[in-house]
Amino acid sequence: MPVAFYCGVLYGVLQVVMRAAGDSGLIHRLQSRDPKALSELYDRYGRLVYSLILRIVRNPSLAEDLVQETFLRIWNRAGSFDAERGVIGSWVLTVARNRAIDHLRSTDGRMQSGAVDLEKLENLARFATFDVDALALDRQKRLKTAFQKLTPNQRQVIDLAYFEGLSQTEMSERLKQPLGTVKTWTRSALKVLRDELAGVATA
Amino acid sequence: MNGSNTPTCEELNDSYELYALGVLEGDDDSSKHAGIEAHLAGGCETCKRGVAGAGALNVGIMSLVDLESPRARVKRRLLASVGLERSGWGWVWALAAAGLLILSLWLGVQERNRAEELADARKTLLLVQGQRDRLTQAMQFLADPQTRPASFGGAQTAPPRGYVFVHPQLGVLLIASNLPPAGAGKTYEMWVIPKGGAPRPAGLFQSDGSGGMHILGGPVDLAMLGAVAVTLEPAAGSAAPTSTPIIVAPVG
Repeated sequence: MPVAFYCGVLYGVLQVVMRAAGDSGLIHRLQSRDPKALSELYDRYGRLVYSLILRIVRNPSLAEDLVQETFLRIWNRAGSFDAERGVIGSWVLTVARNRAIDHLRSTDGRMQSGAVDLEKLENLARFATFDVDALALDRQKRLKTAFQKLTPNQRQVIDLAYFEGLSQTEMSERLKQPLGTVKTWTRSALKVLRDELAGVATA
Repeated sequence: MNGSNTPTCEELNDSYELYALGVLEGDDDSSKHAGIEAHLAGGCETCKRGVAGAGALNVGIMSLVDLESPRARVKRRLLASVGLERSGWGWVWALAAAGLLILSLWLGVQERNRAEELADARKTLLLVQGQRDRLTQAMQFLADPQTRPASFGGAQTAPPRGYVFVHPQLGVLLIASNLPPAGAGKTYEMWVIPKGGAPRPAGLFQSDGSGGMHILGGPVDLAMLGAVAVTLEPAAGSAAPTSTPIIVAPVG
């Protein structure tokens, strides 16, 4: 048990270090406007970005347009990214989701005055504070396991928040459930996921 | 909530994920959103770490989608927009340009062939017109009562044989049969020989093997004309005969 535990920790640390080292060089090349770096970035994240956007907009042709928009946005803003501290994959996925959710909101007429400006969420300073590699394989495995533990209602609110960009009030209206119930489902779902990542046993 | 209206970190910590997702809005969630913003603006390390961790969780959840592959043209189009590769339509333009080049070359060759055919047709037309003019002239000779005929070669064992027609205004018409081709670099030359005088050049002509016809146009003094002769000469013709006459037709 201790040997397996330490091997797991060592594997995770090595993965983060190697990915960060690769990202750092890639970011430097993006910042010096090397188009081959963009090609490499696309090879590394293009499929994931497309899959995420397609999951949100459910239209392959539109998803492809939004993929291009996402990578061009990264290309044009890479100059302000902290190459030494940041994990570019997290930023790329966040930009991709925001482009897709922005599109949904504009077509659904959900661009209301109180809506959060998603562009603010792409604030690069925020990605510099990520102390973990959000895309590390061991984290993804743990999250998949945690998802199995969610109830159908919990999965539904996670889907609506992450892949449709709905607030809890909007979820309440969509699901025709009391706001308090929706908040309970959301809070408990996130706790399961959070705790699984933290390695804490959940009830 | 604490004494002021700003929520505490403990009250906010289960909203970090929704805040980082941009869906913390509506009803009392708006106040939580404002609270987190205030904590971050105030340098709250707890909220800063909490939001960063929530962001990492969010990205992890987003990455759990079923993987699909975009079409290859998405990458081509993207890289073309930053100047690395030609767009997906580049090969179409290249193909079209190559096609146009081939088409223009083919049209050029066709144009040249047509020009050559046209030149050949013009040459043939000129030849036919020349033959027609000579035949017309010959018919005038033969039809005019003032024309006087003279035959030649009748006594020869080997051809050529034929006739010479003379006319005081139309000139001299020579019609020879069985006249072999002159050969490379050679031509037949007709001569008019005055009585008691030297032969005078009367024009060059060729034979197609079966025979030849030649006309010397213009008035002729029949009283002074003694004979008409033909010799084989160099292609440019000669001022005086350089070979033995093939045809000699006395006119008198």
